[in-house]
Amino acid sequence: MRKYEVIIGLEVHVELKTRAKLFCGCSTEFGAEPNTHTCPVCLGMPGVLPVLNRQAVVYAIKAALALECTVHSYSKFDRKQYFYPDLPKAYQISQYDQPLAEHGHVPIFNDGAVVKTVGVRRIHLEEDAGKLNHLGQRLGDAKGSLVDLNRAGVPLIEIVSEPDMSSADEARLYLTELRNILSYLDISDLRMEEGSMRCDANVSLRPSGYTGSVEDLPRVEIKNVNSIRNVQRGIEFEIARQAEFLANGERIVKETRGFDDQSGRTYSQRSKEEANDYRYFPEPDLPPLVLSDVFVREVKDTLPPSTQALRQELRTAGVQPKDVEVILADHSALAFWRQATTLFGDARMVTNWMLSDLSRLLNTHGHSFATTPVSPEALVGLLNLIHRGTLSGRMAKEVLDNMYETQRSAEEIVKDLGMSQITDADAIKKVVEETVASHRPVVEDYLSGKEKALGFLVGQVMKKTKGQAKPDVVNKILKDVIREYAEKI
Amino acid sequence: MAIHELGVKDLAERVRARELSASETVSAVFTRIKNVESTIQAFLHLDPDYARMRAQVIDQLPADELKNLPLAGVPIAVKDNMTTVSMPTTAGSKILSGFMSPYNATVVNRLEAAGAIIVGKTNLDEFAMGSSTEHSAYHTTCNPWDIRRVPGGSSGGSAAAVAAQMVPAALGSDTGGSIRQPASYCGVTGFKPTFGRISRYGLIAFASSLDQIGPLTRSVEDARLLYEVIAGHDPLDATSLPGELDVSRGPLPHWRDIRIGVPKEYDGEGIDPRVQERYHEVLAFLRDQGAQLVDLSLPHTRYAISAYYIIAPAEASSNLARFDGVRYGFRHPAADLLSMYETTRTEGFGSEVTRRILLGTHALSSGYYDAYYLKAQKVRTLIRQDFERAFDQVDVILTPTTPEVAFKFGEKSQDPLQMYLSDVFTVTANLAGIPGISTPAGLISDVPVGVQWLGPVLQEGRLLQIAQAFEQLWPSVPWPSVGGDL
Ligand SMILES: [Zn+2]
Repeated sequence: MRKYEVIIGLEVHVELKTRAKLFCGCSTEFGAEPNTHTCPVCLGMPGVLPVLNRQAVVYAIKAALALECTVHSYSKFDRKQYFYPDLPKAYQISQYDQPLAEHGHVPIFNDGAVVKTVGVRRIHLEEDAGKLNHLGQRLGDAKGSLVDLNRAGVPLIEIVSEPDMSSADEARLYLTELRNILSYLDISDLRMEEGSMRCDANVSLRPSGYTGSVEDLPRVEIKNVNSIRNVQRGIEFEIARQAEFLANGERIVKETRGFDDQSGRTYSQRSKEEANDYRYFPEPDLPPLVLSDVFVREVKDTLPPSTQALRQELRTAGVQPKDVEVILADHSALAFWRQATTLFGDARMVTNWMLSDLSRLLNTHGHSFATTPVSPEALVGLLNLIHRGTLSGRMAKEVLDNMYETQRSAEEIVKDLGMSQITDADAIKKVVEETVASHRPVVEDYLSGKEKALGFLVGQVMKKTKGQAKPDVVNKILKDVIREYAEKI
Repeated sequence: MAIHELGVKDLAERVRARELSASETVSAVFTRIKNVESTIQAFLHLDPDYARMRAQVIDQLPADELKNLPLAGVPIAVKDNMTTVSMPTTAGSKILSGFMSPYNATVVNRLEAAGAIIVGKTNLDEFAMGSSTEHSAYHTTCNPWDIRRVPGGSSGGSAAAVAAQMVPAALGSDTGGSIRQPASYCGVTGFKPTFGRISRYGLIAFASSLDQIGPLTRSVEDARLLYEVIAGHDPLDATSLPGELDVSRGPLPHWRDIRIGVPKEYDGEGIDPRVQERYHEVLAFLRDQGAQLVDLSLPHTRYAISAYYIIAPAEASSNLARFDGVRYGFRHPAADLLSMYETTRTEGFGSEVTRRILLGTHALSSGYYDAYYLKAQKVRTLIRQDFERAFDQVDVILTPTTPEVAFKFGEKSQDPLQMYLSDVFTVTANLAGIPGISTPAGLISDVPVGVQWLGPVLQEGRLLQIAQAFEQLWPSVPWPSVGGDL
């Protein structure tokens, strides 16, 4: 029996892909030369003032509504103060005690079934900090550090979950669904490896018999993990580590830990006891953010269908629950699927070809549904040939490989290589008659009741037609010919 | 009248009429500066070359463009906490020694677009924290009426430059009285408009929710001219107010139509009896003119200084955190990051600034926030409500600008609390966000004294008219003769 209960809450930072930064007109584009996307405002020059980017507010409201939060008509900005070279003003403009939105929900799914609903405590808007490039391993022993302020002032939303998850797997599912939901809003690149989506995980274990509040349990925060998989690994490690502490009767220290993806281990960064006092106070340079119902409703009207609605759409089309989740998780896969299914009625067949053979090719070549060389139209071209009986499944796979390589249409390839399945009944009948004539003993066996003999005959026909005959057609004709033969006798 | 004695209105009119060139004006002004600046030391930077170049540009403008420039050829000094690309901007601090801003403050752009010529940057208490300009990291500035005395502060350089007739007008900034108090000490007009009326973009922040830029001039009319150029909504300042300016002009009001509020909290303990006497003379005079005097109470005034010295340092501690030696300004080399921060800030800031940073940091600390900052904000609301109630009954409130006349150097610099108390009549306008103007009310023992007119939010036009009506009636005194003055 387990002696503890796992309690996990996640804080997710999402960079909004507005054209301009949160408080100035600088570009938010990723990957530019260091310090080229800067101006007096985001450099924190003396005398500058922030002006709120309306687009960022709209994006944040979209996220809040999609996560079923209550968007507050009145929220305000606060300064979170600390010294660090990547923070030009020595304070971050954030929202402290009156965030933009609160009380949301994210349902989490496993193989298409809702596992539980995770609460979203709050969503607030804030600005990102710059980036330090240390000439060395860590700031402590670095020879020097270079500051790049391109990212300083890029808009972020922080999404704080309730501590509602109780396993690393649930954390993974929460992040997956969160990313699904946000991806359809088109408000962020959501690239964890580039830092446009970042996750801090709070993990604590509640020993059985503990009666205090969850907030009072010693909480370990795993900072800035760069993939969903690593969040899961970090949490798994942390649960095991803390469980061992509990088992040995040791005290768990409230602290911040990093995650090393080589070893899969978390390591201590700093204990919360020595943490900053951020001295939050209301940002005097910005008026409160007042949102009218009308404005919020206008934003709501621009929301795309929810992931729930999309799930429904896919299921109604006959896609298996497991496949639904795979397609949902990839924005461009869904776009591909939709385009293909409007051109080709059999949604299951589309799904199968997308998720098996095409996905295999995409993975092998490091492509995705966003960059696939085989368009939905091209895949449908192939499916049509299968449907008409021109190609067998096995042949179609070969054709798809060829399409992927050459980016030619299925029709062209089939024509060039003379690869068409023989469907002409007369041509097949001729081969069948020859086969029957030259294998009379086998035909006799079949007539005397040995069903297996028919298989042998089919095999012979297929061999002669180099596999291009459609097996069910061969079967039918063979039976007809044998019947004729039997009547003649 | 010599060119340097002309005010803003007269100069601009003559330059527009091409009776006087901007170049002649600039050269007269720099001659005057040459004669008296060594005595007064009002400036931290002067840039005659830039001023001459700007003057030439104005002189070469076609007549139809020139006639649209409200401040054509008017030389103006700017307090050195407003950014200029043409000259360094130091805020009177060592930590910004030699700092060149990459952009102009909005007010500087607006002045230049109106034809004004920025001649230099004036001295101030470091980061505008002080009431005497003694806290400048560079030098002190003398009061032109008596060089043993301070010009007031923190806009002491601006007030002294205008009083010594080096420039007809200067910009100052007012967080707790920093325009009005030096205006009173130097015998000039100092105007702080409604919070949000003038863009703060490019004003190096001291206390963001209290800071306001305004003009110091030798007449109310001139203050109005500058105000109308620099005021108005600025998309770069989210706290700047939208909407049209109150530019009510027309004939000046009759005193019999004006109800003047006389708050008892501004007329008692701690006030120099001579200042009090002059204040009463002014009140009696206005009553004789037909004005209706209304005794009233602004009961929360007694908490104003305490609230102010929580809010202002709290915001300052945050605003000044960016001066960390990483990106610009002074940096003290050190072995590691933390020591660099510590030594840079210890060496870079003067004692008064350090004191306020410590006060503010403490006030915002976890566990103290509610008791200090939050409570001070509540007091602030009460003070604002005091004024709102008062303005239901009166058109304007009249008070002494300061409890006393300009003090001597060193008299208060060892006692910060005494220094803080010289803001006692001015801080309430900043806390309430209302406009206030100090106008001269003659001399006391050969040094000037002012009175302060406070008006309702956004009614600058009316307030200026009342102040101007007073200015026209109250006897003026000749300008002081200074050092090399002939
Ligand atoms: Zn910028």
